[in-house]
Amino acid sequence: MQYFVNVTLTGLTEGMVYSAFALALVLIWRSTRIVNFAQGSMAAATTFIALALIQAGQSYWVALIVALLSGLLLGAIIERVVIRPVEGGPELNAVIVTLGLFVAIQAAIAIVFGSAFQSFPTPFGLEGFQVGDNRIALTPNSVWVIAAVLVTMALLVVLFRFTRIGLAMRASAFGQEVARLLGVRVGRMLTLGWALAAVVGSLAGLLIAGGEFVYPAYMDSLIVFGFVAAVLGGLDSPIGAIVGGLILGLALSYVSGYVERGSALVNVAALVILMVVLLVRPGGLFASSTARRA
Amino acid sequence: MADTRAHGSTAVATGGDTATAPALLQIEDLTSSYGAVRALDGVSLTADAGRITAVLGANGAGKTTLLRTVSGLVRASSGRVTLAGEDITTASVESMVGRGMAHVPEGRGVISELTVHENLRVGALFRGKVEKSEYDRIYDLFPRIAERRDQPAHVLSGGERQMLVIGRALLAQPRILLLDEPSLGLAPRIVAQIFGLLRRLVDSEGLSVLLVEQNARSALSVADVGVVLNLGRVVVTDSARTLMADEDLRHAYLGF
Repeated sequence: MQYFVNVTLTGLTEGMVYSAFALALVLIWRSTRIVNFAQGSMAAATTFIALALIQAGQSYWVALIVALLSGLLLGAIIERVVIRPVEGGPELNAVIVTLGLFVAIQAAIAIVFGSAFQSFPTPFGLEGFQVGDNRIALTPNSVWVIAAVLVTMALLVVLFRFTRIGLAMRASAFGQEVARLLGVRVGRMLTLGWALAAVVGSLAGLLIAGGEFVYPAYMDSLIVFGFVAAVLGGLDSPIGAIVGGLILGLALSYVSGYVERGSALVNVAALVILMVVLLVRPGGLFASSTARRA
Repeated sequence: MADTRAHGSTAVATGGDTATAPALLQIEDLTSSYGAVRALDGVSLTADAGRITAVLGANGAGKTTLLRTVSGLVRASSGRVTLAGEDITTASVESMVGRGMAHVPEGRGVISELTVHENLRVGALFRGKVEKSEYDRIYDLFPRIAERRDQPAHVLSGGERQMLVIGRALLAQPRILLLDEPSLGLAPRIVAQIFGLLRRLVDSEGLSVLLVEQNARSALSVADVGVVLNLGRVVVTDSARTLMADEDLRHAYLGF
């Protein structure tokens, strides 16, 4: 029982990070119909900025804030400079551009920060909490991870549901031409969408890096998991991305906890889950495709 | 704005000819192309304040392109568009609504992922804060969408969608409303209801309308002036009554 609880807790914590990363992919997909394969590299870049600050003696929190702000800037610049020229062209063009960015940013990280493995600190301990006689797999750091993701999501909900700029962003995402005719500056909204997505992606990168080794390609597996989580949820649905991330986190944790040599099977398991869901519900768990067609 | 309304209602009341009414929207020798196809070939027309001007013609005559060029969605290759004397030929699409021109595109333009009320709010976004009473007024005009205000817009019927987009455009407080095929796919009763409402808004509030329609019979029954387009050129411009009476013209270009 205790083992089950621990495996579940680990899965939830990991799942939260997948959710955040999936959410970043969904934000961009929704507004621009582009799967941003560079999301992982962008997050890695901001994580390395944070690491450089920490190594220079800054506190974790200063580094976190600077990294998130760099994410904001990076997302905006990439949308304006690299994505804008290929928007409206064949969809494959934009995908190829993000794949190119994925490689280019990783190379840039290696050039600036080196490709050695470096350990990334956590702001809180990695010792599990004591419950009765047992230590559970919930650590102060995992509480921070879960809280950080939940707060970010709550802020996004407030932004999209209750503010005028959020309404303008949703209008731009779902009805570009109509939004322009109604005076919404759609271009700015798309830039803002990319910037926000990059912040959320950066947060996922920073959280997953805590207590681990980082190197230019350390986000690669998270891209796969985040993408699977986003597709599970239906790619169009922020709620779907969050639920998809949690399902994936739990499932992968059970695979690696209960299946013999399971940890080696995690990547395969992710793809199996993806295939099963897509066979049963081709549009993902939270598909809004029926609504969209109407 | 107040001036325009005054002029508009005077013009309608006296039933004066188009020459004396102030030209709110003036289109001069407008040409534009989709790729190699020249969709508009030197179109000139005026839409006067306080009037409904109907642009008629068969499918492919250039009606939709005309509206899309006027609002900047399609770039004019030559010609000039002025709104209340101001040259807006090269103005950005996003700026049009702020200049007093609201364009309701073909196919309704409801954002189906948003709720009915959110759709309305988008129409008022560029104005900043908007009084609740303004939304209430739109809901009073269209009680059918008021019942569904918190539902996602994709549940609306075709007629309700048309009411929503017209209501949304009215929230922008336009001087002139550009409507692209509002009758498309709607039951005659709903078309009559919507056109009747437009007439009331024009007569009582000084709204001006540039109406593009394939359904020439309905359009002429509500319009003051008709402009017949064919293959990107203006064939004839005259009062709606005269056009309605011209049997040869109706057979040749208007299909009824």
